[in-house]
Amino acid sequence: MTDLSLEERQLLVGSMGQRSTGWWAVLFIILTEAAIFAFLQFSYYYIAVQQTLGTWPPPGGKAELTLSLPNTIILLLSSVAAWWGEHSIKRGNRLMLSVGLAVALVLGCVFAVIQGFEWSNKHFTYATHTYGSLYYVITGFHMAHLIVGLVALAAMLVWSLLGYFNAVRHTAISTGALYWHFVDAVWLTIFFTLYIMPYLR
Amino acid sequence: MTVADYSREPRILAESYDSPLAERLKTLWETKPGIIGWLSTVDHKEIGIRYIVTSFAFLVLGGIEALIVRLQLAQPEQSVVTPTQYNELFSMHGVTMIFLYALPVLSGFSNYLWPLILGSRDMALPRLNAFSYWTFLFSGLFLYAGFAIGAGPNDGWFNYVPYALKPFNPGPSQDFYALGFIFFGLSVTAGGINFMVTALRTRAPGMSINRFPMMIWGTLTANAGNLLAVPSVSLAFFMLWTDRQFGTHFFNVEAGGQPLLWQHLFWMFGHPWVYAIVLPAMSIVSDGLPVFCRRPLVGHTAVALATVITMIIGFGVWVHHMFATGLPNLAMSFFNAASFVIVIPSAVSVFAWVATIWTGRFIYATASLFFVSFIWLFVIGGVSGFLTGSVPVDWQVTDTYFVVGHIHYVLIGINVFPVVGGLYLWFPKMTGRMLNERLGRWNFWTMFLGFNLGFFPMHISGLMGMPRRVYTYPDGLGWNTVNLVTTIGAFIFAIGVLLLVINVLVSRKHGRIAGPNPWDASNLEWSTPSPPPPYNFVVLPTVASRHPLWEDRLNETEGRSTIHEGAVLDHGKETLGVSPLDAIPDAILKMPHDSIMPLCLSLSLMVLFVGLLLKTGWLIGLALLAGCIFSLIWLWPRVSQGQRREPAT
Repeated sequence: MTDLSLEERQLLVGSMGQRSTGWWAVLFIILTEAAIFAFLQFSYYYIAVQQTLGTWPPPGGKAELTLSLPNTIILLLSSVAAWWGEHSIKRGNRLMLSVGLAVALVLGCVFAVIQGFEWSNKHFTYATHTYGSLYYVITGFHMAHLIVGLVALAAMLVWSLLGYFNAVRHTAISTGALYWHFVDAVWLTIFFTLYIMPYLR
Repeated sequence: MTVADYSREPRILAESYDSPLAERLKTLWETKPGIIGWLSTVDHKEIGIRYIVTSFAFLVLGGIEALIVRLQLAQPEQSVVTPTQYNELFSMHGVTMIFLYALPVLSGFSNYLWPLILGSRDMALPRLNAFSYWTFLFSGLFLYAGFAIGAGPNDGWFNYVPYALKPFNPGPSQDFYALGFIFFGLSVTAGGINFMVTALRTRAPGMSINRFPMMIWGTLTANAGNLLAVPSVSLAFFMLWTDRQFGTHFFNVEAGGQPLLWQHLFWMFGHPWVYAIVLPAMSIVSDGLPVFCRRPLVGHTAVALATVITMIIGFGVWVHHMFATGLPNLAMSFFNAASFVIVIPSAVSVFAWVATIWTGRFIYATASLFFVSFIWLFVIGGVSGFLTGSVPVDWQVTDTYFVVGHIHYVLIGINVFPVVGGLYLWFPKMTGRMLNERLGRWNFWTMFLGFNLGFFPMHISGLMGMPRRVYTYPDGLGWNTVNLVTTIGAFIFAIGVLLLVINVLVSRKHGRIAGPNPWDASNLEWSTPSPPPPYNFVVLPTVASRHPLWEDRLNETEGRSTIHEGAVLDHGKETLGVSPLDAIPDAILKMPHDSIMPLCLSLSLMVLFVGLLLKTGWLIGLALLAGCIFSLIWLWPRVSQGQRREPAT
């Protein structure tokens, strides 16, 4: 019973990192979003193994690494920057928080632009064949999540510049960064499925 | 500045519900009067009741659709409705009952009861709770808007391709269904996240995971399943919509697509969903039945584990819906075996309920009759499910009325009967008044006899070869009598539901005053006044056993729960945060005030889905922009919520 007693017990008040309900909510958002990407990739592999119309991916569909590999590295660096920002505010460094978020935001935008080039380089559309449908819907779902992440990063940057956070109060940063890491991590699975797998066959 | 500046030692006091503290808490937690207050409330009790009322309204709509279908089938060669109308009626009936009634009604009970059972002042994410309700309501209205203009779903609730694709289904029916379901899925997801976080974080000290009442286990398991399963079908509906509207080729064989992909994605969701809409209802019985047997549930731990295991195995049985699609024997054998294995945890629960009645002192009440009859119906539905889960039997009865009989025994037997029993049990807590027991007996016997009269013959018509979903049937096949009996039974069942509605409406105003614990039950919700005040608990209780109100009687544990003495928490809206497993208090959480943002965000989603339906760019853009602004207002860090540093003074 002793460990339950509230007598003489100092309790943290308000929203604090992993003690806040918001942080847990984002954790479960990530769980259900991860399930979406799992089902998307299930669909991809299902269609691939059930394919009766010739090669997979279809001619002209094999994904090039020229843009996508550097772009993947850019996205990972963006995650590192967001991590650095959170790491800094835990030590009370508001300036480095803003710098970290700004770098993460810029790198995220660069990724989105390069992904736009990647799309425009394709010789097929989502309506050409099932591979095209899968390619565009999978990368499109990721882009939608990326945009949500960029809006979140922008909001976090604004709040950071307004001086909202310190070493104790920065749950918005922890939860936002958590989501951003998810957007980056799930890209790795997509990159593996769409870009690496065809070379392993 | 250090962490110590951000902490506080809560005052521990013994207080009653008529103290000045209670008055102060009431002003802190009470929803403001007026229409804006009504639209802004985040009180879980208000939201829970709205969930229950709305889902019952959908139940009545779905019931009326079913009665029209039954009129059409009462005699051979009838034309009460046209074939097109018939397709939409049976499809909308399925969609309404399975999506708009079965889960939301359970979410309603859990929303209302969870914080009371767990010893907390609200759900962990009260605004998300309001959002999930509004989104449920609007998605239901969206689906019914299609139905009202003659464009309801028309391909059954599981909506197989290729019939759902554009060339075979050119009208907007399928677009309403596809978008409407994705919309509804957002509500389920929001609700699911809220239940997960609430179970892990906002409980009374000592409400450790091994002391969870079954209501927590059932709903927690269902929502964990939903978070993993709903994306599958939302994705399938998205693919269907793009196939129809943008010429993608997910399901189009000619361009390399696979119609069976639809069935896989649908049933990978569909089977866990079946458990999501029965496990919380089963847990209503697991918590409710012992109240009327005057003893704790036999095998509490075993039933809790059975609940979780059922859901886990439930993710591995989806192919038994697809035995007739020409899959390899190996796959069918595996899923056949998995479907048999799932009988074991179900049987554990059944034996636990029977043993509880056997070893307890059974008390006849309307609620307990519903609970006991549920066990009977569950066994019938389980046996017919066991049969259809085996490949050879399934090949004989698939797509016949046998399956229709099975699904109704499962869904009405395991969902509606426990829910109505639960209503008799908890209505006094929700309103402060008892439901009328005399009318209740009429209610029960009409529903029970009507149900069995209506739905048992479906097994027989199925075995006689009557296919499901046929518009009509010729005379002379020997199906006339069973169909007429089914129709009569369905109408008697409907009268039973009507008696329930009458009972609720009358007893709400004129029922006997209940008091805090009219059933002398054991869980924490019965320690509060009926109906509970907006803040639930005047001081936060500490829990020392599974049965806080029966401790002196059972004498199972040394410690005693403290219910009328505990943390005060009155610096604004506050509740305790605890560690996920052992429920050791580790934070004072600031709870959000009432907010109109959940409604605004939900409305912007409504506009978004209308925009997608009409493929109107500016409407979509407007809705996205509005949704973005509302989300930012919602999430903006606030000093009062302890989300941002206090400005220097």
